[in-house]
Amino acid sequence: MKLFEYEAKSILQNYGISIPRGKVAQTPEAAAAIAQELGSKVFLKSQITVSGRGKAGGILAAANPTEAATVAASLIGKIIKGIQVHTLLVEERLDLKEQYYASITVDRQAKCFVALASTSGGVDIEDVAKNTPEKISRLKIDPLIGLSQAAALKMLEQFKLSQEDAAIFARILVILYKAAIEKDAELVELNPLVKTAQGAFMAADARMTIDDNAMFRHPEFAERSLKQEEDTPREAEARKQHYSYVDLDGDIGIVGNGAGLVMSTIDFVQIFGGKPANFLDIGGGAHVEVIKKGILLVMNKPEVKAVLINILGGITRCDVVATGVVEALKAAPVKKPIAVRMIGTNEKEGQEILRQHGIEFYRDMDKAVASIIKA
Amino acid sequence: MSIIVNKDTRVVVRGITGNQGRFHTASMKAYGTKLVAGVTPAKGGQEVEGIPVFNNMRDAIAKTGANTSIMFVPARFTKEAVLEDIETGIKTIVIITEGVPLVDEIEFVAQAKKKGVTIIGPNCPGIINPLLKIKVGILPDQLFSPGPIGIVSRSGTLTYEIANFLSKAGAGQSTCIGMGGDPIIGLDFVTLLEMFRKDDETKAVVLIGEIGGNAEEMAAQYIKETNYPKQVVAYIAGRMAPKGKRMGHAGAIIMGEAGTAASKIEAYAAAGVIVSEKLSDIVKLVNIK
Repeated sequence: MKLFEYEAKSILQNYGISIPRGKVAQTPEAAAAIAQELGSKVFLKSQITVSGRGKAGGILAAANPTEAATVAASLIGKIIKGIQVHTLLVEERLDLKEQYYASITVDRQAKCFVALASTSGGVDIEDVAKNTPEKISRLKIDPLIGLSQAAALKMLEQFKLSQEDAAIFARILVILYKAAIEKDAELVELNPLVKTAQGAFMAADARMTIDDNAMFRHPEFAERSLKQEEDTPREAEARKQHYSYVDLDGDIGIVGNGAGLVMSTIDFVQIFGGKPANFLDIGGGAHVEVIKKGILLVMNKPEVKAVLINILGGITRCDVVATGVVEALKAAPVKKPIAVRMIGTNEKEGQEILRQHGIEFYRDMDKAVASIIKA
Repeated sequence: MSIIVNKDTRVVVRGITGNQGRFHTASMKAYGTKLVAGVTPAKGGQEVEGIPVFNNMRDAIAKTGANTSIMFVPARFTKEAVLEDIETGIKTIVIITEGVPLVDEIEFVAQAKKKGVTIIGPNCPGIINPLLKIKVGILPDQLFSPGPIGIVSRSGTLTYEIANFLSKAGAGQSTCIGMGGDPIIGLDFVTLLEMFRKDDETKAVVLIGEIGGNAEEMAAQYIKETNYPKQVVAYIAGRMAPKGKRMGHAGAIIMGEAGTAASKIEAYAAAGVIVSEKLSDIVKLVNIK
């Protein structure tokens, strides 16, 4: 789950990271009032989690409260990179001296967290890595030791910062790592981390992505995790019902068991010239109700013309799946063509159930896909 | 010869008294796996499928000589259980559990590495050796048959699907391993390829990958640099997956330009690895002899 900038900043502030003064607003009036209260020039920053919002016009400046209201009116409701803006962070404009970069992220191959620091902040870090790799320092963090101030200082050595600045920068990296571990974050990023004209280090922007698998130990995110910005309405509904579901833009509904098998089915439909409407994994060992509701979720999507069900029975039993299919068809407000490909545990029993109800089934994936594309 | 499991493999089931634990204990036992113990805290003293249950791993090892564990422990207790297994001397740990936090995975994978313990998973179907009739996992064993092909996969159901295709075509398997669908897992493609390299029973290896991360790219590099002596056929699921969306597995996500199917296919092509576009074509591409 990606947190909004203001949420990430609020968390990091509790860990001792300095942030610019500011508040969130959802109306032009509120934005003006915050600008008034701050008594300075402000930035109005769209709270969306897609990257590149600045370049896309999602961050604008205002010199006074009246201007803040006008700018806020232009941002609220605007669609930026496909996402509608509801909330703005109104923040004091800092007098910048330097823009740095600091982050903690996961290195899948090395199987550990890595700390990244750069003296070239405020731009896409992947561009810095490509164009000026000497401006990035990278440290793999031993999970059994953690990140010490000394290790953080050492990774900053190459930048030749003043002793004082290096100590502050290092301390920030140590804090970010602590926050990543304690909050179960896959990413904590300050870009830019700025040094103001007054010499203070502040997180001018902050991003955090929380591990969805760790929600059980973070009741503070429980409610928030149900409304993830990147979810479409149907994805949000599926998340509530604990389905692994992704919307795609075609017209053939896809239901299967196992993430790999469903991905593979989607690829297969496209190879045959069809356009999948979604990804839905009903998981292993699903019960009748789970299968029924899953199929209905897909069949009720208006764009869906036909549904392909692909099951490989291991822990999942084909007779249970067949019963779920029959139940779903009974309950569906609009009955759409359905093709079932099913092999494995209790295959014969499952096929018998489908046969009794006149539902097409296949053992062969090619034939099932060919039939559903024609439907 | 074999990899990871052998005739000395003595298995302890963690979470044996739960529904999943019971079901798969019966299945593993029926297949031929040497199951010697179960562990569920506060439930020691009883038997499940004729297997004695202990309160903790130390007792289970002392009484039964168990050296391999399989976990059906809820995600929130998995880290503690894995660390206890490592501490008490278990040598191979298969973690079936889905939904283990990343921070926990990073910690126990590092601890296992330090202590020389092998971890398969988390979020995996486990391992099966049809030649020795050993299964430490949840794989539907009726789809597997003995033979010369090794399978390594990031997906459970695709492993079953491909094993089924191969078995029907008369191409049996030596060892099949589902590595797990999470971003951080124990055994990876490179380590397993290395094991298969030295395994006389294995003549060809099928690698089933998917979008996300760069495990396939690393495998391709290893195959190329070490002049891999056995045939490798690869498949990649998620060619049509959109960017930035998790496709079921926690690890199956394209971040920016990283982790795309195209990048993996290109890496394999550069290493001379055959990539099968359709799942069903793998059978035609693997050299069965």
